[in-house]
Amino acid sequence: MLRIKNLHKAFDDFKAVDGAHLSVDKGQLVAVIGPNGAGKTTLFNLICGQLQPDKGQILLADEDIGKLPPHVICRKGIARSFQIANIFPRLSVFRNVQVSVLSQQKLSNKLFHPAAQLAVDETNHILDSVGLLDKKRDLAGSLSHGDKRILEIAIAMGNEPELLILDEPTAGMSPEETTTTMALIQRLAADQGLTILFCEHDMEVVFGVAQSIMVMQQGKTIVQDDPLTVRQNIEVQQAYLGDE
Amino acid sequence: MFGELIRQKSFGVSVAIFIMLLLAPSFLPRFYIYLMAVIFVTALLAMSLNLCVGHGMLFQFHHGVFYGVGAYTAGLLLVKTSLPWWIALIAGPLAAAFAGLLIGMFCIRLNRLYFGMLQISLGSLIWAIAFRWYDLTGGDDGIHGIPVPDFIASTTGSYFFVLIVTVICLLLMFLILKSPFGSTLQAIRDNPERCAAVGINVRHHQLITIVIATFFGGVAGILFVVVEGSIFPDLLFWTLSLEIFIMCLLGGWFTFAGPILGAAIIVSLRTFVGTYTEYWTLILGVILILLIFFLPEGIMGTNYRQLFRSRVKYNGEYQTE
Ligand SMILES: Nc1ncnc2c1ncn2[C@@H]1O[C@H](COP(=O)(O)OP(=O)(O)OP(=O)(O)O)[C@@H](O)[C@H]1O
Ligand SMILES: [Mg+2]
Repeated sequence: MLRIKNLHKAFDDFKAVDGAHLSVDKGQLVAVIGPNGAGKTTLFNLICGQLQPDKGQILLADEDIGKLPPHVICRKGIARSFQIANIFPRLSVFRNVQVSVLSQQKLSNKLFHPAAQLAVDETNHILDSVGLLDKKRDLAGSLSHGDKRILEIAIAMGNEPELLILDEPTAGMSPEETTTTMALIQRLAADQGLTILFCEHDMEVVFGVAQSIMVMQQGKTIVQDDPLTVRQNIEVQQAYLGDE
Repeated sequence: MFGELIRQKSFGVSVAIFIMLLLAPSFLPRFYIYLMAVIFVTALLAMSLNLCVGHGMLFQFHHGVFYGVGAYTAGLLLVKTSLPWWIALIAGPLAAAFAGLLIGMFCIRLNRLYFGMLQISLGSLIWAIAFRWYDLTGGDDGIHGIPVPDFIASTTGSYFFVLIVTVICLLLMFLILKSPFGSTLQAIRDNPERCAAVGINVRHHQLITIVIATFFGGVAGILFVVVEGSIFPDLLFWTLSLEIFIMCLLGGWFTFAGPILGAAIIVSLRTFVGTYTEYWTLILGVILILLIFFLPEGIMGTNYRQLFRSRVKYNGEYQTE
C-alpha cells in the first residue's frame, strides 16, 4: 500500500535522508531500524507531511503524497505517533483521544453542540482497548511517561487509520512496559487488520514482531527483507548489529 | 444544548449574580450603573480576545481594532445615514468580523509573535484611516452625541441593554468552547503539530476562530456606542489592545470567566486612579510585571495550593467530562 522510491531530504547541507526505499504491504508489520541519526524520524516526517521531500516519491496506492500537508495525508488513512510524546497536556485523556475521533468523523467544525455528547462511545472504546479508560479524566500532562506513550498511540487510533506509523513507541519505557506495549501493538494490528510501520532500537523487539525490516544508515536504505534474511545480511551486521 | 450549562458547578452562582445585576439599578447610584455598563462592554471585549489568546494561543495583539471597527461602523451608520438603528447595530459586528477575516487571512500565515506583529501593523493602518479621514470620521475629535433610540439612551436603559447583550454573547461563547469546534481549538492551542497530524486543518480552524472573536469584539464596539454615544480614534489605538490583553492575563487566560474579572479590575482601577494621570501606563506596566513573575496563569487560573508547593502546574483546563 505504501511505496517509497529514492527519497531525499537535506537540512541545509546535511543529508538526513539520502536515498531511502521502502515498501509496506497491507496487513504487514514493518520495522525500520538504524543507528541514532540514521534518518528514521525524518523519513516518517516525510511520509506524514511534517516535512516535504527534496526528491523522490512517496506513493500511497499509486498517488504521490509527497507534497501534501499533514492533515490531508491523515485523511487519506495514515496516522502516526511521535518519538517525543506529542499530546495535548492541558486536556483530559478523554479529550485527547476525542479530538482525533471528532476529526475522523468530520465534526471538528461543529459549533453549538456539546462535545461531551459526541463520539463518546468510540473514544471510550479506544481508551478501553489500550487500557487507559480508568484514567480518562486525568489531565494528559499529568500522566506517567509510559502512559503518555500509550496515549500517543490511542490518539492515532482515533483516526481509524489503515496505516499506523509509530516512531519508537517504547522509547524510554521499562522492559515490562516495552513488553506490554509491543503486545498491545500486535493485538491492535491483529484485531483491526491494521498495517503498521514502526521504528525501534530494541533489536529483540524488532526481530520478535516485525514481518519485514528495513535497515537505514546515514539516510540510505541498505536493505529491506524478512527478519531472517536481514539477520544474515553481513552488511547489516557490520553497520548495526556488529557493534553490540 | 443547554444541559451542559446547567450542569456547570458555577451555574447557580452565575444565575444569582445575573439576578443581582438586574436589580442593581434600583439601589445603586447612577455613576456606578454607568461604570458597570462600561465594565460589561470591556469584559465582553476581553472575553472575545481570550477566544484567540487563551483558548487558541493566537497572539491577537491588536484586537482593539475590531472593537473600533464595530463602533465606527455603527456610529457612522447612525449619524450619516437614515437606516434604522438596529441595522446599524447589526452592521457593526459584521463589519468587525469581515475586518477580522481580511486581516486574519494575512496574519494566519505567520507564527506566534510574527502573527502579532503583522496584526499590529495592519491594525495601525485602520487606526490611521480613522485618524486622518477627517471628513468621514471627524479625525482626532471623533463623533459625539450619536443618536440611539430612547429606550437604550438613558443610563439604566443602556445598562440593561448592555447587560442582556453581554450575557447572550457570553452564553454563546461558552457553548462554542464546549462544542467540538471549541475542544479542537483548545487542542490546537496545546499542540498544533499534533492536531494537523490527526487530520485537522489548523489554519482554517484558527481563521474561523478569529472571525468569531472579532465578531464578538464588534458587538462590544456597538455596545460602547450605546453607552457613550461617541466614537474616537483611541478605540482603535494599540494601547487599548494592550490593556485588554492584560485583562486576559490578569483574570486567567486559560479559564472561561477570567477576562471578566480582569476587565472589572482594570476598568475600576482606571476609573478611580484615573487614565489621565501619567501614572496609568506605569500602573499597567507594574501589573504586567507582577503577573509574569507571580501569577503567570492569572487570578482565576492559579491553583493556589499548588503554587506554594511547586511551580509545575497543569490547571489550564476548565472543562471536565
Ligand atoms: N529539523 C532538522 N534540522 C536539521 N537537522 C535535522 C533536523 N531533523 C533531523 N536532523 C538531523 O538529521 C539526522 C537524522 O535525524 P533523525 O531524527 O531522522 O534520526 P533518527 O534515525 O530518528 O535518530 P534517533 O534514533 O536518534 O531517533 C540527524 O543527524 C539530525 O541531527
Ligand atoms: Mg528518531
